[in-house]
Amino acid sequence: MNKTLLILRHEFLHTIKRRGFIIITIIVPLIALLAIGVSQLVSGIAKPTVEITTIGYVDEFGGFQQHTSQGNITLIRFDTPDDATEALVKGDIKEYFVIPPDYISSGVVNRYTLEKQVVTPSATTTAIKNFLTSNLLAGKVPANTLARIEAPLNLVTTRLTETGAVAPEQGGLENFIIPAVFSLLLALSIIFSSTYLLQGLGEEKENRLIEVLLSSVSTRQLLIGKVLGLGVAGLVQVAVWVISAPLLLSLASSSIGGFISTIQLPANFLVLAVLYFILGYLLFAVLSAGIGAISSNSREGQQLIGIFTFPIFIPLWAGSLQFMFPESPIWVILSIFPITAPVEVMLRLGVSDIPAWQLATSIAVLALSIIGGLLLTAKVFRTYLLMYGKRPGFGEIIRSLRSG
Amino acid sequence: MLAVQVSHIVKSFADKVAVDDLSFSVAQGELFGLIGPNGAGKTTTIRMMMDIIKPDSGDVTILGEKLSEASKNKLGYLPEERGLYRKLSVLDSIIYLASLKGMDRRPAEEKANELLNQTGMLLHKGKRIEELSRGMGQIIQFIVTIIHDPELVILDEPFAGLDPVNTELLKGMFADLRNQGKAVILSTHQMNQIEELCDRILMINYGRSVLYGELAEIKSQYRSNSVLLECEGKLGEVPGVTDKRTRQGYTELMLDSNTTPQQVLAHLVSRGVVINRFEVATPPLNEIFLKVVGKTHE
Repeated sequence: MNKTLLILRHEFLHTIKRRGFIIITIIVPLIALLAIGVSQLVSGIAKPTVEITTIGYVDEFGGFQQHTSQGNITLIRFDTPDDATEALVKGDIKEYFVIPPDYISSGVVNRYTLEKQVVTPSATTTAIKNFLTSNLLAGKVPANTLARIEAPLNLVTTRLTETGAVAPEQGGLENFIIPAVFSLLLALSIIFSSTYLLQGLGEEKENRLIEVLLSSVSTRQLLIGKVLGLGVAGLVQVAVWVISAPLLLSLASSSIGGFISTIQLPANFLVLAVLYFILGYLLFAVLSAGIGAISSNSREGQQLIGIFTFPIFIPLWAGSLQFMFPESPIWVILSIFPITAPVEVMLRLGVSDIPAWQLATSIAVLALSIIGGLLLTAKVFRTYLLMYGKRPGFGEIIRSLRSG
Repeated sequence: MLAVQVSHIVKSFADKVAVDDLSFSVAQGELFGLIGPNGAGKTTTIRMMMDIIKPDSGDVTILGEKLSEASKNKLGYLPEERGLYRKLSVLDSIIYLASLKGMDRRPAEEKANELLNQTGMLLHKGKRIEELSRGMGQIIQFIVTIIHDPELVILDEPFAGLDPVNTELLKGMFADLRNQGKAVILSTHQMNQIEELCDRILMINYGRSVLYGELAEIKSQYRSNSVLLECEGKLGEVPGVTDKRTRQGYTELMLDSNTTPQQVLAHLVSRGVVINRFEVATPPLNEIFLKVVGKTHE
């Protein structure tokens, strides 16, 4: 068998047998399972809102007597704040509010509750608001107008193509969910695979096996075999996660319901997902190999690679901002900058369309970075792989790159 | 065909010249000693021979050609500090590293079993490397070095950390390799360890060659004109002997420049002295080294 293939096979088998690899591969679906369980639990607890809640109020302004039933909330009038407080303490009412005499000019309503809350629950706010609106407008506008004043907007968006027809891809959360989940998996898998590469190199450097390996194979064979072997292991990991997804989704469907059936994949998503996984992994593998070569042990290597793995997560942290400001040029920069590109492009595919020129530039920059990185790494790999216990200074690396 | 031909190699790191214009050759069927103190440039020289690092100038040919992918398979290398994949089993480690030398799995496994048996390690073949003692790990590494029947075997400090039993075991195996016609290069700073093994030596210091040639010739060249004598009874006056030094159980007789050991022996025999041991004194290698280095320092 070809020596590169031998190294590839060894690295692949060695990696998938690692305890860490097995744990990470299993733990991601398990965490998803846990998340589904928690969401079911939370929605189960939240359900008792169907029971009627009683809220008291004191009308110091006057005229607020009708519309005391607002959905699941019933309002009871008290004559004085003291009466209301007494009822609150006794537990007859959940909370109460006071409409002061200057309400019309100030809009201020004072709310009293026994509970510690960060914000007022929206159901309560809506109930009080509608109660006030209904009473203020009672008899002045028709009933159906009143309903529209309370809920004036139910926005239904349809996306059209340039020809004016209804676009097949409508966007929205249905379109976003898979790219979002995949971009997270992509980031995780890239980081784990490149960490294994770094650890493996560090180990071989520390126990001097690297010398035995280099006396048997060339640096190129070693580098390519390692990068591809770990890449295949990374793909296997992602495959396990992707295969476990339908299973998890069917479990989840009881709580998320019909939402699953509405999930859509953005156009070209699968092709781009595979392409960006491979390119992203290769970039980090090359970086890891270079850092593995110049660092004196695997711990130091891991600190150094952190500089590069940290920015991978920037697109995910900025995830909600992408919803709000999809037009910002920041996303274009993140899509083209090679380190953030794989995760950002996946995420953006779910949020908005990416112009073809940006995709082309992004892929070209990524490919060029990989080739450039590979050339640089091949140069430092051989030189520094054999320098134990001493990390070369930055100037020294530059000099050795020049002299080759 | 020479196993190794090194001509005028030079290698410097940053501001230090590690190897300075070194030339030597090793023939097939020869046990060659590369000796010198720590930091003399032995490992750097070996790494250049193995094409792990490139010399700044000079040439290395291995088995008649520049080292290539194919010729790497004919080479066995035991690096100075050793280690293997800690989590891998003994047999798997040997087979994987043998496969990188172009061996197929089945013959590699057969040969591995044979060598494990020969070194008394067969019981441990299923164990993980991390479960072995340091000395055992070194034996495994030595098996890895020779399993693919290499033409040239390079061993960097092979005895470091080994107990006397394993040291003798390895010495025997080195001699076997030489007898099979392989070229064996032994690099060590423990010069006395390899005295009885080597056919020829290259002694280096500060990256330069200080002594190079047949070990026997070098020893005779550096011998101090003296004999070691163990005899019964009182020795008395012997003509041509300038000084007598009493050692542990024997006496060293220093001869003047006109007297040969044969003359002394003839004299003693003629006097009827009972001789238990009579030996022309040859200085140990490290003494020769100190002598040579002292000279070059002057």
